[in-house]
Formats: sequence, C-alpha cells, structure tokens
Amino acid sequence: MRQPKSDLQNSQNIEHVAKLANLPLSNAELAIYSEQLDKIIDYINQLNQVDTKGVEPTFSVREITNVFQTGEQNQSLTATEALQNAPVHKDNFFVTKGIFED
Amino acid sequence: MNQDGYELVIGLEVHVELNTKNKMFCNCSTDYFGQPANTHICPVCLGLPGALPIINHEAIQSCMKIGLALNCTVAENSRFERKNYFYPDLPKGFQISQYRWPLCTGGWLEVSDMNGQANKIRINRVHQEEDTGKLTHSNRNSLVDYNRSGIPLVEIVTEPDFHDVESVRDYAKKLQQIFRSLGVSNADMEKGDMRLEANVSVRPVGSQELPDYRVELKNINSFRFMVAAIEYERSRQIAALEKGEELTQETRGWNEEKKETYLQRGKEEAHDYRYFPEPDLPELQVASQVVQIKKEMPELPEAKIRRYKQDLSLPQSAAQVLASDSNLSKVFETALEISAGKLTALTVANKLINSQNGASLLPEKVVQDLLTSKEGLIEDNNEISKLAQEAIKENAQVAEIYRKGKLTAIQSLIGVVMRKSQGKADAAKVKETLEKLLNSES
Repeated sequence: MRQPKSDLQNSQNIEHVAKLANLPLSNAELAIYSEQLDKIIDYINQLNQVDTKGVEPTFSVREITNVFQTGEQNQSLTATEALQNAPVHKDNFFVTKGIFED
Repeated sequence: MNQDGYELVIGLEVHVELNTKNKMFCNCSTDYFGQPANTHICPVCLGLPGALPIINHEAIQSCMKIGLALNCTVAENSRFERKNYFYPDLPKGFQISQYRWPLCTGGWLEVSDMNGQANKIRINRVHQEEDTGKLTHSNRNSLVDYNRSGIPLVEIVTEPDFHDVESVRDYAKKLQQIFRSLGVSNADMEKGDMRLEANVSVRPVGSQELPDYRVELKNINSFRFMVAAIEYERSRQIAALEKGEELTQETRGWNEEKKETYLQRGKEEAHDYRYFPEPDLPELQVASQVVQIKKEMPELPEAKIRRYKQDLSLPQSAAQVLASDSNLSKVFETALEISAGKLTALTVANKLINSQNGASLLPEKVVQDLLTSKEGLIEDNNEISKLAQEAIKENAQVAEIYRKGKLTAIQSLIGVVMRKSQGKADAAKVKETLEKLLNSES
C-alpha cells in the first residue's frame, strides 16, 4: 500500500502534474484537485492489490497486428481549410503566443 | 589548467528523416520541401480530435533496413507509444514514438578513433517515430507550419562508447553513407534530414564507470558546431571537476558567436514524458520480413571497401573514396565492366577519384577517355617509335608532303599510329616521335 503523503508532497505533486498538462491552476484549484487526485490514486492502489503476475497487459482490445496504409496518397487539406478553426493565423501559418527556443 | 588525465564519454542520438512517399501515420505526401506552409496536412498530422493514425509500411521497412545495416536484431513484437509534452510543434500534445518496444535493438558499427584505431560502437536501439512541425519565431509570436509534422523519423541511439570527436565524426559520416546507400534518406544535414544530439561527460582516464551526470547537447544544426560544442564541454567540465564543483544533468545549446555552450534546461526542469502505449496503433510483428528485406538491401559501404580491396586489389584509400558515394561506385563498377579487362581497376579508380565530378561522369566516356588518353597505356617510347616508323613507311607520300613544309600533314600520320595502337598510344608522344623521325630523315 502507498504510504500516506504529507499535504506538502501532495501539493507539489499536483503542481507538477498540472505543469505537465499545461494547466494554470490557482491555489484554490490546487487544493481541490489535490484531494481528487488522492482519491484516484487510492482507487488505483485498490486495483493494484489484485495479483496480476503472469498476466499479459492489454494495450488494445482488438487483437490485430500489422495494419498498414494502403499506399495511396490522399488529397491534403488546403491551407484555408486547415486554418479555418485557428484562433489566430497569418499568411499560411498558425500563430501561437511567442515560444522562444529555450 | 591541465586537461590531461580525463577522457570524454559520449553517447549519440541521431535522427534521420526518411524519404518515403507518404507520411508516417497518414496518406499526406512528404514532398513538402519548398512548398507553401500548411499545404501538406490532414486531420491526422494536424492532430484533430478523432483522427486515427495508420502505420506506413514503407517507413517500417526503411527503419528495419537501417537496423539491419547496423547489425541490430528486429524485435518479434514492437509497439508505438505516446511521448507526452506540450509544445506547439506537436499539435496532438504528444509525439508517436517508441520506448519500451523499439523495432530494432542491440547492434554495432565500427568507427575509427583519433589514432586510426577501429572501435565498435554499440547501438542500443533504432526506433521509428514521427517528425514535428516547424516553428518560426517572429516578434512576440511563433508561426507554425505543420507540413513536416508526421514525416517518418528514425532515431538511432548509441551506448556511451565514444571517447573522442574523431570517432563521432567518423560515426556520423558512416551513418550518412549507410542511409544514402540504402536509399532511405538523403541525409542532408544542412536541410535537417539528419540531426545529431550528444550526451557528453568526462571521467578520469582509466575509470570504467559511467559518470553520474551527463550534459545533453541539443538543437545544434551543424556538424561543425557539434564538434565545437563537444570540445568546449570537455574543457568546461574538466575545469569544473578540477575546482571540485559538482556537474549535473542538463541540456545545453551552442552559441556560435560566443563560441560557447549555454544552459537550456536544468535538472529540475527535466522532461517527464509519461510514455504509454499508443492505443490507436496495433502491435507490429515484422521480424518474419527480415529475410526478404535482407535480400533487397544493397551492398553497404564497408562490404564494398572490403570487396574492392580483396577482389580488385585497390588500396584502402581509393576503395574508401569510391565506396563512400554510391553514385561514384556505380560509375566505377560500370566503367570497369565496359573496359572488359583493357583497363586496370586502379586506372579507372584513379581517373574517377581525380575527376572533380566523378559521380556524374558517363562510364562509357570514362573508358573511352582512358583508352585514348595518357592514362590509357602505351607510353613506351620504343613501341611508339616502331609504330611511327611503320606509319611513315606505309604512307611515304604523306611523309613527303610534311617534309615539303605542309606541317598539318602530320595529323594524318598521328591518326595512323593511333589506329595501329587501337587508340592506346599517348597522342602527344606520338606527335613528338613522328616529328623527330620525319625531321631526321629529311
């Protein structure tokens, strides 16, 4: 079983996960999600108690292999079609907030 | 500062864009070079919700060819996984890559180090993934072009077996030759077809242990800069260790103006990619295709060099130059065949190596030129003299015209000698000999 974690550890974890998921969370939200994530982890830990030794994990419910493209070429979208839902675009480009080479 | 007593420990990651017709997981054309932005895209490579990827078999075959050329084993079961991170070059929020079940593993490639010594570099894995879109940074915005998104990309990861930059250089060069002979990529570094990342650390000479840190050199677009960055890191890291400083895991880039590396990402910010199996792609079981693929694979540069040395008695240097360029070696072999034994392999090899554009010459022309030119053979003065005397005797009238002052008449005598020698006589020498004979007899 998982060792109970301190509140501090929890809030650091949730901050890390939020950062990875690119979610800007307020302190109030961090508290709410922290609690929710705890419950999820408890649930997973409950599942982890089942002995699955020697059982192949299922990554896909369809037991098929080697599915390949047919080789034909599709008509691509036009730039106009591709850009029609973009909040900001310029010339043929999607425009995002400045992402500088870090 | 004494920099002796330490050695470099380097592992390389090479990415190479494949030249397949279609993208990796959709039917978009890969022929986007020089085309307007966002014209070679579809719901799959744009990462639109609900779009489903389908694997490109041609790419998988190319990936296996690369793996086999690097002496890897093709996995019985191979899978794709999602590598999660947020960056606008990837519209899905993840890259489809391979992690726990790479297509090819456990190979090696022999490279020469700075002392000319041959060393085996162990290849950890050769796996298949997809390329990202291209960002252009302008003012406060970034412009995104997804034409490159989903182009098949193969990643080749070595063990940390390099200890000097010469080996790194040789490895990159040999990989490029392999990609080109296999015909799987143009491997043009300037165009970004082939990209290098190096994990660099240093340790005391004699130590067999891996250092407990490594500096990742990334986003370095030129091979020359990569070498400079590695050399800079060597000095920087040794200096830090000598001062008793602790080095940590970090990512650094290269500043060409300042000629130094700079911190891009520290340990705390290290990526956490949360790989998990791509549920939309079924498992690959392609090891049974290896026999067929091996049959289709062309002769690789290393094997070619061996054959040129053993069967054609070429020196190492000539064999190496010819084998390093598959177009050049094709011209060489065709020319040698056409010459049907009239020319030695070394003669043809030298001609091509000494030509500026050997690879684009017509083999027929090469043979013809060689047979009629100096390198073509008969340079022996006695033999030329014998043929010249015959020519004068058989064409006494022409000789007489020359002696009377019509000097151009010698051309026709030169022609006779050339015919007698089947075009193998050195024309300049023939002219000289004829002149001597004609003038002395007058």
